[in-house]
Amino acid sequence: MAPVMLRRVLIYSLLRFWRLRLSAPNKSFDPKQVSALNADSVDAMVAGALSAFSAAIDLNSLKVARLEHFGDRSPIALANREIGALPPAAKAEVGKRIGEAKARIKDVLELREIELTQIRDNEVLLSEKVDVSVPVDRMKRGARHPLTTLMERLSDVFIAMGYEIAEGPELELEWANFDALNFPKDHPARLMQDTFFVESPDSGVVLRTHTSPIQVRAMLERELPIYVVAPGRVFRTDELDATHTPVFHQIEGLAVDRGLTMADLRGTLNHLAHVMFGAEIDIRWRPSFFPFTEPSAEVDLRCFVCLGGSDTTECRACGGEGWIEWGGCGMVNPKVLQAVGIDPLVYSGFAFGMGIERTLMFRSGVADMRDMVEGDIRFTAAFGMEA
Amino acid sequence: MKLPVSWIKEFAPVQASAREIAEALINAGLEVEGIETLGAGVSGTLVIGRVLEIEELTEFKKPIRWCHVDVGTQIRGIVCGATNFTVGDLVVVAEPGVTLPGDFTITSRETYGHVSDGMICSEREMGLGQDRAGIMILEGVSPGQNANELLGIGEEILDIAVTPDRGYALSIRGVAREVATAFEVEYRDPAISWGPDLGAPETGLEPHDCVIEDFSACELLTLRTILGFNPDAPTPRYMVSRLQACGIRSISLAVDVTNYVMMELGQPTHAFDVNKLNGPLRVRRAIAGEDLETLDHVVRKLSVLDSVIADSSGPIGLAGTMGGFTTEIDGSTTGIALEAAFFPASTVAGNSRRHKISSEASRRFERGIDRELAPIASARACALLIEHGGGNYAGMCAVESPMSDNVIEFDLDLPTRTAGMFIDHETVMSKLEAIGAICVRTDSQFIAVTPPSWRPDLTQPADLVEEVVRLVGYEKLPSTLPTAPAGRGLTQEQRLRRRIGYLLAGRGMHEIRAYPFIGATDFDAMRFPANDSRRKSPTLVNPLSELAPQMRSTLLPGMLSIAARNVGRGENDLAIFEVGSVFLGEAAKGGLDPGVEARPTDLIWERMQSALPAQPEHLGVVMSGALESAGVWGSPRTATWRDSIDAMLVVANELGVNLEVQTGSDPSFHPGRCAELVLTKTSKVVGFAGELHPAVVEHWNLPKRSCAAEVDLSALLSAAVTSATAPVFSNSPVAKEDLAFVINRACPVAEVQACIREAGGELLESIRLFDTYEGDQIPPGHKSLAFALRFRGDGRTLSPEELQNLRSRIIAAVSEQVGGTLR
Repeated sequence: MAPVMLRRVLIYSLLRFWRLRLSAPNKSFDPKQVSALNADSVDAMVAGALSAFSAAIDLNSLKVARLEHFGDRSPIALANREIGALPPAAKAEVGKRIGEAKARIKDVLELREIELTQIRDNEVLLSEKVDVSVPVDRMKRGARHPLTTLMERLSDVFIAMGYEIAEGPELELEWANFDALNFPKDHPARLMQDTFFVESPDSGVVLRTHTSPIQVRAMLERELPIYVVAPGRVFRTDELDATHTPVFHQIEGLAVDRGLTMADLRGTLNHLAHVMFGAEIDIRWRPSFFPFTEPSAEVDLRCFVCLGGSDTTECRACGGEGWIEWGGCGMVNPKVLQAVGIDPLVYSGFAFGMGIERTLMFRSGVADMRDMVEGDIRFTAAFGMEA
Repeated sequence: MKLPVSWIKEFAPVQASAREIAEALINAGLEVEGIETLGAGVSGTLVIGRVLEIEELTEFKKPIRWCHVDVGTQIRGIVCGATNFTVGDLVVVAEPGVTLPGDFTITSRETYGHVSDGMICSEREMGLGQDRAGIMILEGVSPGQNANELLGIGEEILDIAVTPDRGYALSIRGVAREVATAFEVEYRDPAISWGPDLGAPETGLEPHDCVIEDFSACELLTLRTILGFNPDAPTPRYMVSRLQACGIRSISLAVDVTNYVMMELGQPTHAFDVNKLNGPLRVRRAIAGEDLETLDHVVRKLSVLDSVIADSSGPIGLAGTMGGFTTEIDGSTTGIALEAAFFPASTVAGNSRRHKISSEASRRFERGIDRELAPIASARACALLIEHGGGNYAGMCAVESPMSDNVIEFDLDLPTRTAGMFIDHETVMSKLEAIGAICVRTDSQFIAVTPPSWRPDLTQPADLVEEVVRLVGYEKLPSTLPTAPAGRGLTQEQRLRRRIGYLLAGRGMHEIRAYPFIGATDFDAMRFPANDSRRKSPTLVNPLSELAPQMRSTLLPGMLSIAARNVGRGENDLAIFEVGSVFLGEAAKGGLDPGVEARPTDLIWERMQSALPAQPEHLGVVMSGALESAGVWGSPRTATWRDSIDAMLVVANELGVNLEVQTGSDPSFHPGRCAELVLTKTSKVVGFAGELHPAVVEHWNLPKRSCAAEVDLSALLSAAVTSATAPVFSNSPVAKEDLAFVINRACPVAEVQACIREAGGELLESIRLFDTYEGDQIPPGHKSLAFALRFRGDGRTLSPEELQNLRSRIIAAVSEQVGGTLR
């Protein structure tokens, strides 16, 4: 009972407040005018409210019923206003009656509100259930090109090591593409590059055959020490087939600093292999030749399909070799340092390069090089935003 | 290059298998691309047989022979369908029980009315090659001999790719040296075993004379003469087999010997018919106007840069590259002048490049041959010629320029410093000596290294470091990580480029990477007028396709081709984008060459770069068909000109730059639905967007009303905000006002908006066009534009009077400036 009592006390004090503020004392009291305050009338008000509340079938109709039977202009509220006009002798009795009626209405209203809220939560919302599995993909899904995202991914490995990304033009000076990289004129290494010449064979401008001219640009234009990678598009006069494309991509790396060693180069490429392919994928070097590095090596990656296990298995990725050719690397040839004005007695450098198409081929199992160049959106769709 | 393992083992006596040898060579830096077996698939012993009798069986549709063949132990009756042999010929017989490639086991069987008791074989049937002649006919062998041995059946052959620095490895001699070093066995250098000495010439015989006129074209020339040679002498069987294993066809004894010596020692030689020579052999540069018919019957116009071998009749050979037709040895040659020379790599490379000839000889000279080898190889070849073809040695004429010393001062610690692992001085010396270098200690730290004559590639200390480290073994190198200085991460342009990619892909577009080649048909299809500057782009000398010989000046043709490919494959609804370079103008011809001895000065480097045409990066978009497909939500939403413009605007927004969309005209676009995009910061037109011209759409067979946009991304990137300034904004109440104007249909919305904005001043917070109308309720040729305007005072509530004034001012401005009336 205590809370109910408390509430009533509260209402009474409010009523007093209302009377003082809104309704001046009625000196000429007329019992006929306040028949609404008799017991039957008040009971009828309560009964009307209670039946309206129980007839309300949802929260909206309950809200309508509440305004009608418990709102500012409801019979009980209007009756309440008249209390102030009663002679003092009548006030207490009527006030008590009205107060109890209001409390009763309020209690029932609250109860019904709880009931209807439950009904809404349990029944109505459930009845509004939809099949969320119907297609909603009104907007078609796009995709980035996996060659682009792979170049970004490879670059990020080096960014994390403190490298920056260097850039250079696709139409390049023959001097930067060959001469400065220690490809003597008429040297077979130069002829082996299957170069696209521009305007005339001796114009001095070619489509770059590798990303290595960016090394030359980096060394001419950047402060020492230099740690850069350079992804980019390169060109050679190959015919397009399942394993060749005349337009392809490489990522070049160059570090020039005091005291860099082959071990540093090896560690850097090992790190790249581990990050890109997993901790168990290490690299192997084979001696090789590139005019711009000396010593030079071919870089093989442990076959991630067979992990170089038994050499009797005909692995689809490595053909049973256990290793996959990945790229080339070496220590920057002192002749290259000389051509860009870096003292080879003070500085040493390493450089490396990998084919992006090739990396994508074995990383994602792309069987045919043509898929990467044809622009069929079914190809890119499979990669989405993957990097 | 193919080399038989048994030939290698002749000079590097190892027990190892072909596979083990291949592994060792790979680790030494020679790329072994494969191991083949000669006559793979033959099992059992083939024998030599002599054809005793041939009976032609004529009652069949094709010629069939019934032969009696003496195979040493017995005479076999064999039915044969080939006709290229006669009685007395020596052939290879597969007796019953022998299996030939293709799992074909020979049995005695009845055919064409006889019992065929074996088979007479062709080269192809034994898996030895693609013969043209039919049955293989041998000489100098006897019936009953084991043909497997004679033919080298079962011989394993290494296929080796040699990098350009390792010219010496284009020979048995060079490869055997690597094998001997790898397996640490004694190396028998064939150049030492054969030696240069051929003994004294026959008395009374004189060698043919030779002269070097230009020592830059030839440093060493030897000419040995043999007279009385038998032109009909056959090549010994072992030589034919070995050459065959190397992929070289036997031609005649004289030619075979030169090829054999080239494969064995790496020195190309050339045999002239001494009776066809006019006067002394001379090596010189060609004279303008001279030409030469080479062995391949091509008449070549010579350049003054070509180095040639000549006699008094003129050039008779392109030095180190290809011999001439007029002095070729033939079936009646009895006098041979054998030339063996050292031509510098660059002269032969020049000959080879200018005349587009890549011969076995030129491949070797270009990579550098052993400067001391010519007289040795020449002696070896003459000895073989005389041994198998008879004749008398008439002596040698030789000329040479002094050899320059190649001594490299070498710091014994350099391998350790370069490799990053400790390699002691003794190991360094022993590895250098293993490759044939002579090392002389100059003090405790330095040695003087004279590389061997066959390693002209070794010219600087770094070259010697590679030799040391590769022989120590690359697999022994440790793995360390250098510490780069703290980096700055991606540049703003690099970051933005990535973001644009993700932004457009997130809006349903696919990134593509088209080939950047283009041609006149593309320009025509794009409807570019003849004087359109985009037609002038750099042109390739050797394009992949004559249809696309130029570098692209616009991304769109390549993108439209890819769109068309997708449509052709059944995908009509697509939105693609590309970010890539375009190439504007022509490349300059004949730029500066600063050499490679020192760094070019900044000024020269700048001048050099001016030879390159502008290569800005462009962004292109092509949209065809539905942008939003049909589904449970309703019908599809087709991509329109709006979407292509918006794609450019969202990119601009991503970069924080402002693009103004104005009425544009570009021949590739619909004349009424083309926007030009103006970069506000520079007031320059940076691109076009809109609906493609119907003719363009039709050319590429795209869905009707396909749309596109192309913008100079480099221009946008360089205008991108580097750091945005925070705005100051008012929290005063907003006042909204809708105004509709009736205006001439031709007046662009952008102009009306600009007019409203100016009249509205700072209090006008935003304008939004929310409705347009054309129809009965307004005069013909007009349209109604309804704008929702929002006004806001700076820290105060705008009074009704102020709002009324603003409204009037805007209405007046629209009326005066663009002739619009309030609707």
